[in-house]
Amino acid sequence: MKHNLILRVISKFLIPLIFLFALYVQFHGDFGPGGGFQAGVIFSTGIILYALVFGVKTAKQIIPPFVLRSLASFGVLLYAGTGVASLLLGGKYLEYGVLASTQVAGQHLGILLIELGVGISVMSVMLIIFFAFAERGQTEEGS
Amino acid sequence: MMLDNLVDITLLTMLMVHAFAIIYLRNLFAVIMLFGSFSFLSAGLFVVMDALDVAFTEAAVGAGISTVLMLGTLALTYRHTEDKQEKQPAHKPWLPLVVVCITGAMLIYGTSDIPDFGDPQAPAQQYVAPYYLEKSIPETGVPNVVTAVLASYRGFDTLGEVTVIFTAGIAVMLLIGGRRRSKNNNTTGSDHET
Repeated sequence: MKHNLILRVISKFLIPLIFLFALYVQFHGDFGPGGGFQAGVIFSTGIILYALVFGVKTAKQIIPPFVLRSLASFGVLLYAGTGVASLLLGGKYLEYGVLASTQVAGQHLGILLIELGVGISVMSVMLIIFFAFAERGQTEEGS
Repeated sequence: MMLDNLVDITLLTMLMVHAFAIIYLRNLFAVIMLFGSFSFLSAGLFVVMDALDVAFTEAAVGAGISTVLMLGTLALTYRHTEDKQEKQPAHKPWLPLVVVCITGAMLIYGTSDIPDFGDPQAPAQQYVAPYYLEKSIPETGVPNVVTAVLASYRGFDTLGEVTVIFTAGIAVMLLIGGRRRSKNNNTTGSDHET
């Protein structure tokens, strides 16, 4: 699909909007529908669209596999680490109230952090799975 | 109310048409596309039932990611089956049809015991749901109850879910990640890049 002009132009226009919408879903999840999981999936679809139009190799230059693997682990660690932080601050595991001065502020901070962890982890795992499928197809065609 | 019913009936009818089309079609590409649109219709049903977060997930995952992944799988496998066509089954599916009919009849019979949609006396609304609805704003300050429950009250569950997704990613990497051995050079060698 590399030479399809219409697809290239339209997707260049769409991809930033997809990213913007993913960030909105990520950080607006407290107030509206959505949250880390949906945001991660939407963010990964932006990159998948890029990979479909401009090729998997180009997409991998933007976000190399080792970065994805680190990000997937980082997301889970951020989530679990928030729990450990609340342990160290004298609360129970994942008790966000102790993270800030007041209960509500702590809850806000905790939920923001763990949703961020979920989003990062889901985004990178979706891309890892997609790249695993796409790369396997490519090497088979190449052989 | 009238309009609600009309939307419900339209969506459910289209879901049924999709289901039959998916069963009858032998062209796997078309089947995958129908799966995607099936997911979108389900998302529409969830919206009608005011479950926006679920609808969101269904539209993003069911219609988006899984369609792409199934197309990827099809692209990987169609060389071995002719023309992306599903094979005709070797035998007539009478026994499965009987099993499906009996199970379906039992399920429909079971729905007579299910409480009405949105019934405040339903067991699901009695246990912790009132607590969440009353206390989530003063305790967490998060207007979206779904987020408050998922991220705060049920934080352990969500941590488990993220771990499951992470494990799924690792499993896919182990199974089909990395380079594939070429068919001509079938020696056991470096079939995973590092």
